[in-house]
Amino acid sequence: MTKVTLTVNGRSMSGEAEGRTLLVSFLREELGLTGTHVGCDTSQCGACVVHVDGKAVKSCTVLAQDVNGASVTTIEGMANEDGSLGVVQQAFQDHHGLQCGFCTPGMVMSSAALLAENPKPTEAEIRHYLEGNICRCTGYHNIVKAVLAASGQDVSALGVAAE
Amino acid sequence: MYNFDFVKPATLDEAVAALGGEDAQPLSGGQTLLPSMKQRLNAPGVLISLTGIAALKGVKLEGRTLVIGAATPHAVVATEAASVYPALAALAGGIGDPAVRNRGTIGGSLANNDPSACYPAAALGSGATIVTNTREIAADDFFTGMFETALEQGEIITAVKFPVPEKAAYLKFQQPASRFALTGAYVAKYQDGVRVAITGASEGGVFRWTEAEEALNRSFTAEALNGLSLPAEGMMGDLHGTPAYRAHLCAVMTRRAVTAAG
Ligand SMILES: Cc1cc2nc3c(=O)[nH]c(=O)nc-3n(C[C@H](O)[C@H](O)[C@H](O)COP(=O)(O)OP(=O)(O)OC[C@H]3O[C@@H](n4cnc5c(N)ncnc54)[C@H](O)[C@@H]3O)c2cc1C
Ligand code: FES
Ligand code: FES
Repeated sequence: MTKVTLTVNGRSMSGEAEGRTLLVSFLREELGLTGTHVGCDTSQCGACVVHVDGKAVKSCTVLAQDVNGASVTTIEGMANEDGSLGVVQQAFQDHHGLQCGFCTPGMVMSSAALLAENPKPTEAEIRHYLEGNICRCTGYHNIVKAVLAASGQDVSALGVAAE
Repeated sequence: MYNFDFVKPATLDEAVAALGGEDAQPLSGGQTLLPSMKQRLNAPGVLISLTGIAALKGVKLEGRTLVIGAATPHAVVATEAASVYPALAALAGGIGDPAVRNRGTIGGSLANNDPSACYPAAALGSGATIVTNTREIAADDFFTGMFETALEQGEIITAVKFPVPEKAAYLKFQQPASRFALTGAYVAKYQDGVRVAITGASEGGVFRWTEAEEALNRSFTAEALNGLSLPAEGMMGDLHGTPAYRAHLCAVMTRRAVTAAG
């Protein structure tokens, strides 16, 4: 076991990790931050996306020891200081960007990474950026709408979900 | 995944020394190696992370040669190579999804030599040179078969040198679930000739389509390829496409790449 220290959502946190301990297991099991989900464990679904030093990564495909010392942002760090929902989270709620909610932590983290790189993305850019995030429920339409809304753009052109 | 010891050296020399140990393997972005270890297809005793070695990272132009550090993530190549070698940058920006591109690296992709991967086509199609801790290997000699390369045990790719072409394009017919190339063609026109590399087709991994190169040397147009085709024999077949379908795609994607290169 090796001690791993991360700055998680602005707070220094430490725990023990084996060589094989994945970042997602470290966050969930060592640090008790269970907001980050494991959907596939095969690098495909994006439910486990967190930010490492500002970049979106699949935390099921990163070793905890390999990012020792890094700054990590998880879904728990997306709310406002007063505990109310952050902009992206609120937009997902307002626009029904989730149903069962399992993919949502990853969707929110990927969406936040997109908006940091590209504050006013087009619908096509949003769909393209979220390629690595799979949702079994929503059909994506309302997720795209939520991201457009979170970027402060007009969503009326998107219309209602076709399904 | 079986457990292993993890080491993260800060210099190449330390990494080379650590790789001399028994059962040791380099870890770069982990986007291929970690999934294969979870499936227990691979179980090294020691993983040597290359992500802490600053000398293995970055994109720089030396004359007309673009030099990319082996541990440079795809996302960095996508932005930093964009003005000098747009076809290569576009290829890097089309690998997987944003999270994969933030971790996965060029060195890992070339060392792995997946028969459907994108970077091997760019390296072979550009006549790149693969630089390791001990030698320089021409791309023509580097890819030796599906998931096989000329790398020796413990040898580390440190950088890849790409001569910048007059024009080039990579077109992949995307396998929609994995976003790997179902079949992809990389076409690059240099002063001394055209190179065409095909990925996602042959059971032998990435290869050069020399007949297409000869035709394009006479005339760099999609029409110059009319009538040229590759045999289905030796092509991969799976639920996504038969060997005949892939052979057909080789010609289609090459024509499209020539048109895109302009
Ligand atoms: C969802 C998903 C989608 C993907 N889509 C695509 C795609 O569209 N196109 C594509 O081309 N790829 C795709 N990939 C693969 C991705 O590009 C990987 O990043 C890449 O193949 C391996 O790079 P890595 O840095 O992650 O290597 P690792 O997984 O760390 O290592 C791969 C292998 O290379 C060895 N190695 C690593 N670095 C070196 C080095 N410097 N010297 C010697 N040996 C080394 C390792 O020991 C290991 O055997 C995808 C992956 C995922 C998970
Ligand atoms: S759990 Fe990490 S990508 Fe699905
Ligand atoms: S809301 Fe159920 S998986 Fe996306």
